[in-house]
Amino acid sequence: MAEKTYLQALNEALRLEMERDENVFIMGEDVGQFGGCFGVTQGLFDEFGEERVIDTPITESAILGAAAGAAASGLRPVAELMFVDFIGVSMDQLFNQAAKMRFMFGGKATVPMTLRMPQGAGIGAAAQHSQSLEAWFMHIPGLKVVIPSTPYDAKGLLISAIRDDNPVVFLEHKLLYGVSGEVPDESYTIEIGKGEIKREGADVTIVATSQMVYTALEAAEKLKAEGIEAEVVDPRCLQPLDKDLIIESVKKTNALVIAHEAVQFAGPGAEIAAIVADEAIEYLDAPIKRVGAPFCPVPFSPPLEQFYIPGVENIVSAVKSIR
Amino acid sequence: MALSKQTLVHMFETMNRIRMFEQKLQEFFAAGEIPGFVHLYLGEEAVATGACAALTDKDMITSTHRGHGHLLAKGGDLKLMMAEIFGRQTGYCKGKGGSMHIADLDLGILGANGIVGGGGPLAVGAALAAKYKKTDHVALCFFGDGASNQGTTQESLNMASAWKLPLVFVNENNGYGISCPQCKSMAVVDIADRAAAYDMPGVVVDGNDVLAVFEAVTEAVKRARKGEGPSLVECKTYRWRGHFEGDACTYRCVDELEEWMAKDPLPRFESKLLESKTLSEKEVESIKARIGQEVEEAVRYAQESPLPPTSALMDDVYA
Ligand SMILES: Cc1ncc(C[n+]2csc(CCOP(=O)(O)OP(=O)(O)O)c2C)c(N)n1
Repeated sequence: MAEKTYLQALNEALRLEMERDENVFIMGEDVGQFGGCFGVTQGLFDEFGEERVIDTPITESAILGAAAGAAASGLRPVAELMFVDFIGVSMDQLFNQAAKMRFMFGGKATVPMTLRMPQGAGIGAAAQHSQSLEAWFMHIPGLKVVIPSTPYDAKGLLISAIRDDNPVVFLEHKLLYGVSGEVPDESYTIEIGKGEIKREGADVTIVATSQMVYTALEAAEKLKAEGIEAEVVDPRCLQPLDKDLIIESVKKTNALVIAHEAVQFAGPGAEIAAIVADEAIEYLDAPIKRVGAPFCPVPFSPPLEQFYIPGVENIVSAVKSIR
Repeated sequence: MALSKQTLVHMFETMNRIRMFEQKLQEFFAAGEIPGFVHLYLGEEAVATGACAALTDKDMITSTHRGHGHLLAKGGDLKLMMAEIFGRQTGYCKGKGGSMHIADLDLGILGANGIVGGGGPLAVGAALAAKYKKTDHVALCFFGDGASNQGTTQESLNMASAWKLPLVFVNENNGYGISCPQCKSMAVVDIADRAAAYDMPGVVVDGNDVLAVFEAVTEAVKRARKGEGPSLVECKTYRWRGHFEGDACTYRCVDELEEWMAKDPLPRFESKLLESKTLSEKEVESIKARIGQEVEEAVRYAQESPLPPTSALMDDVYA
């Protein structure tokens, strides 16, 4: 298998799906010749032309609404927002239109759209360009939420997202674009809603998503040096959530730490903790611990930003407080 | 319009201040000393300068991601701006905002903005506050050609007009929204034409002519202060650099850039001032030298300032 970056893996998924199905097209700001804000759509404009790789005006609302409308009319749009933060401008078209159409219309509409958005802090982009907003999307019935950490997962999940008949919110972390890993050249899918154990361990379960998977793996190495074997579980999707995988792991380790970059308060960890408390509390022999960002906007200055992002030490000490 | 020497010299200084400030940023960004994004205003100095010269300190502006020029033209402090862009504790926002979020409410600067189209509704609010409190202040909204397509911008134009708010919309049409040329994002050639849809005056001016901008905005401000409602002033200009520093900018042709650089607003205004004997060569040189020094001092101030302590992270989340 070839080593590819997360960015290349996403690009390949888009290319393969566009080759396979002529109803798949891309739309977004600067996705054409420019190749997308972070380069994910690079080369696709030359290959598929401006009819299938469409540069839009700067109008997020119209982009998402048009994607929903086109999806309900038989196409499979893959829309890109440059930064997840801009979703605010277009919230209604996603939450009230795309997500609800099928249900409201009694199952008559199908809205197979994919919405790709980079999120996360770490590049000095400040409060309006650095958020992790997965909790917003998880909360809306009708949406699926995919949040891959590895290049392999990114490719397989993006292909699944495009083929899915529902609106799928696909969250990429901007710091992951350059991360490499083994990725097959051919097309493959990963079931949306199936997580994966990224590292086996018997002493504590660390559920981590996106960029935080790597932080958790590093923390696990540190813990190993101290005789604690952590199991790192990456749900890969938050809606649907692979709760069976999480509960199975907790049954084995009897302790749970959840790590994500989203703000901790009312973040995805709150839901995961509640599910485990509801359904597997008898397997826990310590309180559930969460590691997330503090309750403040993402700061600009590098030392503050680094301090803001949950790090290896935060996970290590959360584990040590219960193990 | 017969302008006082003081006004003319002030505009000349402002344009040079923006130019030199931005050239320094370009240099320091390339040297890796500035974190995050920097969107330079080089080539567009006449717009901010002409527009803000038509305002008083009490008037409010809303700015954009390309905000340094607007903030400096409104009187922003060089040192505090530089320190903020360098991420220092002594900066305008204590290092928390950075280039895209600088504000100075005392100077009527309601903030640069990281969200394209984010400023329009805020400017409506500022204008509403002026009308509500019966001050004679106006609000001025800077926005790009790209931003003109946002719903927020169109909604703001409509609301401001329906409510006859004291608001001036200043469109900086530099022809591009990142890589997307105007012709691909809208069917109209003049954004000012859209004013008709909201029943407000819409004018097009040469955005590289500081006096043309000043005159048009002064007219619009007068109208706004008299309670006659908003106007839209479209300034045709061009950005010299890529969208952000680091953008290879391969989406536009070299000829186009050269054409516009030949229309550099600074020498144009300078020769006007020299011809009319408003300033002598010597005065021009000394003004430039002084501003060069101001900018150097601002850099030194930024570099010598401490980074913010992590203990400050949670400050200012709430009042
Ligand atoms: C809501 C939103 N969408 C997209 C962006 C990304 N973005 C930043 S600047 C920009 C282009 C803006 O073009 P224009 O308004 O013409 O201003 P200019 O950069 O030309 O000064 C884009 C698309 C953003 N910051 N906010």
